[in-house]
Amino acid sequence: MANQIEKVSIIISRGSLEGVYPGLIMANGARMEGIEATLFFTFFGLDAIMKKRVNKLKVATIGNPAMHMPSLLGVLPGMSAMATWMMKKQMDKIDIPPVDEFLEMIKDAGAHLYACKATVDMFGLTMDDFVPQVDEIINVGKFYELSAGAQIIFT
Amino acid sequence: MPVREIAGVQVDFDAEGFMTNPDQWNEEIAKVLAAEEGISQLTEGHWQVIHFIREDYKEKGQAPTIRRMNKVGNIATKDLYEWFPKGPAKKAARIAGLGKPQGCV
Repeated sequence: MANQIEKVSIIISRGSLEGVYPGLIMANGARMEGIEATLFFTFFGLDAIMKKRVNKLKVATIGNPAMHMPSLLGVLPGMSAMATWMMKKQMDKIDIPPVDEFLEMIKDAGAHLYACKATVDMFGLTMDDFVPQVDEIINVGKFYELSAGAQIIFT
Repeated sequence: MPVREIAGVQVDFDAEGFMTNPDQWNEEIAKVLAAEEGISQLTEGHWQVIHFIREDYKEKGQAPTIRRMNKVGNIATKDLYEWFPKGPAKKAARIAGLGKPQGCV
């Protein structure tokens, strides 16, 4: 079929739970449709692939008008934890796995995962800091090379 | 609604080629639908998937997600993608005589 999307490159640049999930869902969804998928984690998005942080991502409760509550309440202790708990519970109900399990599923589905070199250098990280699903640390040039013929999606 | 005769059975399909009545399904029909999806030979692994998703459908009323196939059906995601390349959930559902999966994962 002409005009069908055959390849996507998805950039995950944020480290909040609601910042990470959309990119993961889109990458997994791409593989489910037989579309090639590459994930590129940059800046705070790296939290999603760091062993220490992958399962500690939180929903941001301040500076987010869609939370439908005054930002002043969002700063109260426990607010973010509660919003995070609620989102995780809802996710599980519709069979969306926790982030570490989701990365495993996406990798098993044949997608490739990369960490952004500039951020890795900035934070002083190495491959040892990342979950085993990460293929490689690559620079922007390599990202574009790998994305040849792909639709690039920034999240 | 298109109706096709496969292996001597009148089979109802929707516009996208998914069967609309799972009760019309049998293994001969599965073989024909698999061939249409580019799977010339259904192996033991394929049958394991097909039987699991039919069972799960009977219980839940919808085709299972890939995660559920893994957690409940004990089917490795890697195998699933290998056995049903380019769209495992959709292909497996179609071959198993079920409707198109509606979930996002």
